[in-house]
Amino acid sequence: MASTSDTVLDARSVARTLRRMADEIVELNEGTDNLILVGIQRRGVQLAARLASGIQQRENVEVPQGALDITLYRDDLQTVGPRPVVGPTHLPWSIDGKVVVIVDDVLYTGRTVRAALDELADFGRPARIALAVLVDRGGRELPIQPDVVGRTVEAQKGQRVDVLVEELDGRDAVVITAREDGA
Amino acid sequence: MSSALGKDLLGLEPLTAAQIKLVLDTAGPFKEISERAIKKVPTLRGSTIVNLFFEASTRTRISFEFAEKRLSADPVNVASSGSSVQKGETLVDTARNLEAMRIDMVVIRHGASGAAQFLADRIESKVVNAGDGTHEHPTQGLLDLLTLRDHFGRLDGLRVCICGDVLHSRVARSNIWGLRKMGAEVGVCGPRSLLPNAIDAFGVTVFDHIEDAIQWADALNVLRLQLERMQAGYIPSLREYNRVFGVSRERLERAPKDILILHPGPMNRGVEIDSDVADGPHSVILDQVTNGVAVRMAVLYLLAGGRPDLAEAAKGGEGRGVGA
Repeated sequence: MASTSDTVLDARSVARTLRRMADEIVELNEGTDNLILVGIQRRGVQLAARLASGIQQRENVEVPQGALDITLYRDDLQTVGPRPVVGPTHLPWSIDGKVVVIVDDVLYTGRTVRAALDELADFGRPARIALAVLVDRGGRELPIQPDVVGRTVEAQKGQRVDVLVEELDGRDAVVITAREDGA
Repeated sequence: MSSALGKDLLGLEPLTAAQIKLVLDTAGPFKEISERAIKKVPTLRGSTIVNLFFEASTRTRISFEFAEKRLSADPVNVASSGSSVQKGETLVDTARNLEAMRIDMVVIRHGASGAAQFLADRIESKVVNAGDGTHEHPTQGLLDLLTLRDHFGRLDGLRVCICGDVLHSRVARSNIWGLRKMGAEVGVCGPRSLLPNAIDAFGVTVFDHIEDAIQWADALNVLRLQLERMQAGYIPSLREYNRVFGVSRERLERAPKDILILHPGPMNRGVEIDSDVADGPHSVILDQVTNGVAVRMAVLYLLAGGRPDLAEAAKGGEGRGVGA
């Protein structure tokens, strides 16, 4: 299975992009009041932590963070079957009346975000839910759009777009891999 | 493709260490759901699960029912009394009739060893063994493993002694299989009349004195002594049993280290276990009950779904793995 990889963003551009996204999140919310960042397991959690530290540096405010594992809210259990539950959902704050920003690595079909919206609804009723993604690769199957985007890339169906983060992968990068046996 | 555990969960004997680890790892995140204000996820929405209980059970049946409801499945409870079973319907006929009403899973508790396997071989629905005779009680074994792993951080090398009526205990068998597969050392302690003749074949250390077991073990799993065993002549009297084999504070205080105390319930206080031990600082008996719901949620989840025919039809959907 031969495959070729292209680096779309290297470590420095990831850092720069996340700084800009942090600013855009604060602008979107007109400040940091009532803001909660919720990362989707797995890599969304690390990205949310980077965004929070970016906001901390600029605004000197510590924004609460949470983590969401959407595995149990997926819509493909009957077809694909169970997948390992990768991490805990951790939302120690009430989200009622808050502005919740869902943070994910790659936005593709929109099904993960749909699941995340359902899961958040079980925790409370935020004043607003926004979506921040490092990469939007197109290919939506649901009417879902991001509010804050790091980078838009054109990726074909057979290609994979992977976000790598230092904590899990040893380096920060965004990589497109073309699978020659791809769909 | 069948699920990661196969079609059914009939016992821990047929599982690999990797499969047992998968259940325990999956149960972890499920614990958090029971702490939420809305204790429910939509995962098994639309699945019908029949709890078919031919033997009395409170804890296990309620625990399964909580697990099913917290995963949004629809549970239906069938007890043998007050059902067609009382009218002489066979197990298979009962199950086939239920299946004709389109169910997805059967959780069965039955007095005959092998009943779960017998049913699993004859119906298409997935079968979860909730205790069959003296054979196995796999979800109890799994929740004991989870409780031990939570406390010690490992199972490998752990010394666990199962105390009491091992002969009649499906909990003991599931524990022995599960613990040994996960690398723990297993001891058993009880009167010889209540240990299986071929106990050596299980690869366990036999203790004739509870004091020796306490010296050896990191944890004791104290089994319920069925009161009818006395009438059957296995033990002279409950008082004598308590005096010789009862787990008491005085005995535990002579141990070289703190010993974790497990009990599958329901307890006979003052027989196999004294109240100040059951309610003492090293008792995790109620943690076992909490973990039971999470383990059963994990088992139901891992057995569910995974229809390759539907997956083929839905292809072209999501391209990536868990992300996207």
